[in-house]
Amino acid sequence: MADLTLPLRGFGWERIPGAAYMLAVLSASFALVSNGFVDGTNLANIGMQSTILLLLALPMTLILMTEGIDLSMGAVLTLASVVLAAVAVKTGSVSLALAGALALGAAFGFANGALVAWLKLPPFVTTLGTMGIASGLALVITDAQSITGVGDDVVFFYAGKLAGVPVPLLIGVAAYLCTHWLLYQTRFGTYVFALGGNREALRLAGVRANAYLIGVYAFGGAMAGLAALLLTARISAGHPTAAIGMEFDAIAAVAIGGTSFEKGNGWLFGTVLGVLLVGVLRNGLNLLAVPSSLQVVAIGVLIIVALLIESVKDRA
Amino acid sequence: MTALTMPRLALSGELRAIGHRLLAVVALCTVLSLMSDAFLTTGNILNVLRQAALVFLLASGLTLVILTAGLDLSVGANVGLSACLAASVIQATGSAFLGAAAGLVSGCAIGLGNGLLVTALRLPPFIATYGTLWVIHGLTYWFMAGATIHGLPPAFRALGSGYWLSVPIPVYLMFVFLAIGIGFARYTTWGQEIYAIGANPVAARLSGVPVNRRLALVYTVSGAMAGLASLIFLARLNSAEGDIGEPLTLPAIAAVLIGGTSLFGGVGTVSGTLVGALILTLVLNGMNLLAIDANWQPLVTGAILIIAVALDVLTRGRDGANR
Repeated sequence: MADLTLPLRGFGWERIPGAAYMLAVLSASFALVSNGFVDGTNLANIGMQSTILLLLALPMTLILMTEGIDLSMGAVLTLASVVLAAVAVKTGSVSLALAGALALGAAFGFANGALVAWLKLPPFVTTLGTMGIASGLALVITDAQSITGVGDDVVFFYAGKLAGVPVPLLIGVAAYLCTHWLLYQTRFGTYVFALGGNREALRLAGVRANAYLIGVYAFGGAMAGLAALLLTARISAGHPTAAIGMEFDAIAAVAIGGTSFEKGNGWLFGTVLGVLLVGVLRNGLNLLAVPSSLQVVAIGVLIIVALLIESVKDRA
Repeated sequence: MTALTMPRLALSGELRAIGHRLLAVVALCTVLSLMSDAFLTTGNILNVLRQAALVFLLASGLTLVILTAGLDLSVGANVGLSACLAASVIQATGSAFLGAAAGLVSGCAIGLGNGLLVTALRLPPFIATYGTLWVIHGLTYWFMAGATIHGLPPAFRALGSGYWLSVPIPVYLMFVFLAIGIGFARYTTWGQEIYAIGANPVAARLSGVPVNRRLALVYTVSGAMAGLASLIFLARLNSAEGDIGEPLTLPAIAAVLIGGTSLFGGVGTVSGTLVGALILTLVLNGMNLLAIDANWQPLVTGAILIIAVALDVLTRGRDGANR
């Protein structure tokens, strides 16, 4: 066994139990109580729906590791989606629309990072402010209306298939591999660990800690821009409140996945498990006809459970 | 500077702490009266005061929380659920009194829940109240199931839209709670202990302050004030639906910070929060008078919030990396 796991050390197999057991127990219970749960189409659905959340949760893991947070992610995703839809409708060009969404997301991420790193503002309240700005801009741009008619070229990124595999799954896997590589194989990743663990040491070692911190937030914003492509494709429109509050699901996924809020240690693969857990939970509750409003309550309870497990581990 | 070293400052101290912010209010009023003829009318001034009263009532409880270096992000969601509960109780029983009681109890209960998460479970207040925000929000939507309740009895609506001696009722409430807030924070032992917890929780605990009980108290008070604000808001709108409280969170937090209360705890005043609420309301009122689309309001409020945080950090020169 040990030989098998050795080359995959970055995945943190030894930490799997908590999140994986929760996922297994939850899946088994839904399989028992709901007929439609274990079904190829449904399981593929969970995977596809989870990709949007994954694109937010991956960078959120890095941000939480720097002892930061980004509450503006859902609003930035919404704004990017609206802009993407508007550009796609105006120009008919998907690449132009995606470029706009990515640039906008990265710009918001950069602004968040600059406020946190340069001005030393507390990330929680600062990103609450940028959340207000981004959600306000989305309303102003659209005049609170949906932007429809984005075209099949955009819809392809959610509904299409490449070599028989749904495109969103490919994007999700690619995003995970890229983030994994960034975090575990590059200097940037090493500094992300250090930013949360010991920022002062990083600074004293002559590293431009602020630049890396801004980079983490900008990466998060750009990923929200990429997620906007999937979101717009999924609802085939730009809607001014489409993803408001999705950062809550993302933070829940990261917390359930075992990344702690306060000590700068993170586990990227745990976030994938956390995203799947949130996806399975929402899907299973959907099948049981539990309204989405109550699903949010269940996710809130999950966060509290995850935080409690964390604090019990700390005290042990 | 902290209230601990000067526990019995007279009211002049309160005024000194907010003096330059009052100047900002005067400047805003001057600019607005130059830009719009409609600004300096009795009707508009009373309207500004009435809106400021709502923001202040919500923000005054939040001020105590922030004084302990905590935060209550759930106040807007709390207003939403409390208002919906109050409205449905009024609809079911026809009694404004029972409805008001339901709103207040709901507000207190949510606040106490936050307090327990922060003290008994030792969760970081930011995360805990952010979680309760969405939980309460979900419960409200589930409870209302997309319905709107409207047509409340006139006796209840007077709470939000009534007048006494041609001044809106909420304005009286604003001054009553301003007096209570100043009295509590400045002249009671409990109030001083709240400043002490915010300035240095370890020192406070070692000096015998029951930190957990005081923390539970401030979150409960914040919830109770959200419950009260929900009644006034409901009475003013004369209708309740699931998203009723959503737009109130950012203004409440912004009012506290503009009012000079520091996110790092231990520094700030309830009267400052009143001035903060006035400044924010004046800006939004000005946008209204200049016929700027209401969709701009969250954007402007968000920007004001960031400016207020920046001023807090830059003037206090403290590292805020962990908040």
